[in-house]
Amino acid sequence: MLFDRPRAVNVDLQTDATLQVDISDALSERDKVKFTVHTKSTLPNFKQNEFSVVRQHEEFIWLHDSFVENEEYAGYIIPPAPPRPDFDASREKLQKLGEGEGSMTKEEFTKMKQELEAEYLAIFKKTVAMHEVFLCRVAAHPVLRKDMNFHVFLEYNQDLSVRGKNKREKMEDFFKNVVKSADGVLVAGVKDVDDFFEHEKTFLLEYHNRVKDASSKSDRMIRSHKSAADDINRIASTLYTLGTQDSTDVCKFFLKVSELFEKTRKIEARVAADEDLKLADLLKYYLRESQAAKDLLYRRGRALVDYENANKALDKARAKNKDVLQAETSQQVCCQKFEKISESAKQELIDFKTRRVAAFRKNLVELAELELKHAKGNLQLLQSCVGVLKGDT
Amino acid sequence: MDPSLSVSDITSSTKPLSEASSPPVMDLLSEPASEASSAPMVDLLMEPASEGSSAPMVDILSEPASEASSAPMVDLLMEPASEGSSAPMVDLLMEPASEASSAPMMNLLMEPASEPPKPDIDPLADIINDTPLSEGKTPVAAMPQEPPSDLFDDEPSELFAEPRQSNTANDNYNEHPTDIFTEEAITTLPSAVSTVSVNSKTNGVHSDEEEPDIFAEATVELSLDSPRNDRKKKEAAKPSASASAPAPSVSASASKPQPKTLEELIIVFHSTGDGMNAYMAYKVSTQTTLPMFRSKTFTVRRRFSDFLGLYEKLSDKHTLNGYIVPPPPEKSIMGMTKVKVGKEDNSSAEFVERRRAALERYLQRVVFHPSLLQDPDVREFLERDDMPRAHNTQALSGAGFLKMINRATDSLSKMTIKMNESDVWFEEKLQEVEAEDQQLRKLHIMVDSLVGHRKELSVNTGGFAKSVAMLGSSEDNTALSRALSQLAEVEDKMEQLHQEQAASDSFCFAELLADYIRLLGSVRASFDQRMKTWQRWQDAQNMLQKKRETEAKLLWANKPDKLQQAKDDITEWEAKVTQYERDFDRVSATVRKEVLRFEKEKARDFKKQIIKYLESLLQSQQQLIKYWEAFLPEAKAIA
Repeated sequence: MLFDRPRAVNVDLQTDATLQVDISDALSERDKVKFTVHTKSTLPNFKQNEFSVVRQHEEFIWLHDSFVENEEYAGYIIPPAPPRPDFDASREKLQKLGEGEGSMTKEEFTKMKQELEAEYLAIFKKTVAMHEVFLCRVAAHPVLRKDMNFHVFLEYNQDLSVRGKNKREKMEDFFKNVVKSADGVLVAGVKDVDDFFEHEKTFLLEYHNRVKDASSKSDRMIRSHKSAADDINRIASTLYTLGTQDSTDVCKFFLKVSELFEKTRKIEARVAADEDLKLADLLKYYLRESQAAKDLLYRRGRALVDYENANKALDKARAKNKDVLQAETSQQVCCQKFEKISESAKQELIDFKTRRVAAFRKNLVELAELELKHAKGNLQLLQSCVGVLKGDT
Repeated sequence: MDPSLSVSDITSSTKPLSEASSPPVMDLLSEPASEASSAPMVDLLMEPASEGSSAPMVDILSEPASEASSAPMVDLLMEPASEGSSAPMVDLLMEPASEASSAPMMNLLMEPASEPPKPDIDPLADIINDTPLSEGKTPVAAMPQEPPSDLFDDEPSELFAEPRQSNTANDNYNEHPTDIFTEEAITTLPSAVSTVSVNSKTNGVHSDEEEPDIFAEATVELSLDSPRNDRKKKEAAKPSASASAPAPSVSASASKPQPKTLEELIIVFHSTGDGMNAYMAYKVSTQTTLPMFRSKTFTVRRRFSDFLGLYEKLSDKHTLNGYIVPPPPEKSIMGMTKVKVGKEDNSSAEFVERRRAALERYLQRVVFHPSLLQDPDVREFLERDDMPRAHNTQALSGAGFLKMINRATDSLSKMTIKMNESDVWFEEKLQEVEAEDQQLRKLHIMVDSLVGHRKELSVNTGGFAKSVAMLGSSEDNTALSRALSQLAEVEDKMEQLHQEQAASDSFCFAELLADYIRLLGSVRASFDQRMKTWQRWQDAQNMLQKKRETEAKLLWANKPDKLQQAKDDITEWEAKVTQYERDFDRVSATVRKEVLRFEKEKARDFKKQIIKYLESLLQSQQQLIKYWEAFLPEAKAIA
């Protein structure tokens, strides 16, 4: 289950033996997770063919940011950074459980504990999967895979000593973002000369918003599904208690029903978990990926505006016959930059689409199959139980 | 005896009966017979059956069909209902009742029997869906005052009442517990006020799912208990009118009380939406073959407070004797207000239906209680057209306040009573009941929470469905776009499914628990009652002790004038002690019997309801499979 997902998203990436990256292990330590990044490569600039390093979430972010800041990569969709591991909620629950230990029966306590542990494990696996996806995407990217920082990230077997951003930097980031989004609105308002990009722009704007909506809605749906499963679980244990304390012949009946609910709630929880894995995570990934694609379009739009401005400046300079050479060079630089971005961006966007379709196909098929599997299992349980109960009466 | 089994027995075995074959009757009858352990009954029961199976039965089927006289039938019914209780009518109805020796029994047999001729629907289903109206009468032409109501279109086929008229032919109006099935009963749901009014006149509003149980119960419970309870009355009432029976008395008791009490609920808004003064009225339709009722089917209109009033009366009388009096559903000011304010939303419709069903179950529990059924108040509640309004049921009224105080002192005195239990059985049972109460409450909260979460899930699934539909519409790959909109449809259906499941969580499961939490309260009340009688006995003993001591003192002091008084006191208190001890023994015995009965019912109820609940779960899984199976190829078609 753990390594199912990365490939789900990366189905179309050429599985190339020259560079293969995966997360072979991960360790959860208090508030951080240590990922063991394992690399297999035949590329000459690595010292060995196979090696592993330990990395933390911050280092992933550092790698991602270095891509974003690199002008060279302006024409590519930068693989979205993995989300921060978030164990707070489940840790809090675990703590609460510890506090409430006295007020519960032993069975309830063990049951709750198991449940929470399972939840924790699920989040953990998900976190690992998301980080792995990021690395796989980079490793499969024709240009990014050659990045020096990436190689350092993979090979340097000590702490990269990246630190989290301090407050000032965070503020700066915030302002940068504000400026960027304001600028983004400006840039987006400019009509594109190229129909392909114009179309992609409108598509991505809409798509991003909708995928965002769908993602949050799916989260809500899954959350209530989980709560319902939890309820069934508690019902099962109460029925069990009821069955054990009753002296009449209903007790057998209660025990049987309790047993049934115990099983169905497991299935119900699995349904919720699988929906989370196949549906919500997919949507969440494409929320980030479509954001990355939007960023690419923004950079291209920005370059286009710059280019146009440079053209105007050149015209002006020519008219005044002043600084013509300087204007010409800057116009040429802008032109080159724009063209370079446009060229790679087109291919990137087409790839994005193929990847998206393939990922959705894979996940939706798997979702449907899992739903069917669970529903059938559930049905069978119910049928046999009803059969037994009816036989009893 | 298994209720569901006996239902099928009745219906299936009676089917052939209508085709003029008697043997199946045996099956049906043999069951009660074994219960009541009265052999003659079987014979007796066979009699009418064989009678009926010869000529008249055939008539049943052929006559009505040829006559198709549906209109007059309705008229007859409408008369009394609209006029309140018209005296002549009652007379007419009572006559046959007193005469109809073996008729009731036949009804039991013939009612379902007459159904097979109907289309090809399962007889049981008919019973369930339709409105039993009864009244066959020969001088049909005599009273046709009103045009036939179209509600009764399909009725001719049901007019199996006729043959029995040929049996007891001399009366003008033989009323029969015939079922006139009107589809319309189903449609009289809360909203349809107009239909309702029609209904109220036509009188035969019956409802639904519970009916099969009634059949079952009738055979199980009443066949068990009624012989004992009813025998005298019935013997007296109708020893041998159609004296073909060899053992009339047995036949009478065996002529099985088959009361079906069904309520149909109607909301009547006072004039024009006069908000807070509006109230809900419920129609209680009864069908019975018990001779103690004036007619075989009747419908009355009751308000919620009437139900509460009935409970108050019953509980005042019977709790004292240690009976477990089934409690009615609680007043819910919140829910009522919502309904009154007139929001036509789901929750108020749900509330209305939930309460209706709860009242129905409540009344059934009362009616199937062998002793409570004998109570005149119950009979009055079911029969009497102009019930005096029940007072003192208001939660906030002065009487309510007094009641509260009484209850408080009661529970105080309960605490002070220290009973050294002599009977381990009672001690254990009480503990069990208390533990069970606790667990049921817990379970109820959880099931409620499940209902809440399931509803939430439904809403959220709906939201997700819409969102996916939007996503699909903006997706520019055609196949993926199509698949997404298909997914949206699947999720849409899931929304529905979750909603239905939430409803059955609540109706099948949560309501059952709520019922039993209330019932356990009554069980505890009967234990308390036992304790109180014990206390009284102890007090009397102490008193006697004191009196004896005074006597001894008087003897010692040699005061003969007061001695006589003391001796009288002693005899008086001795009598009281014996009396109270007997009371205590009697109450103990009743409580024990009641608890056993309660446990049996509880087991049956839980089994029935939970199996029903599981079946609803099963169904929704089946639906789920269907939906996803339809979706799978769509997902695979993405290219």
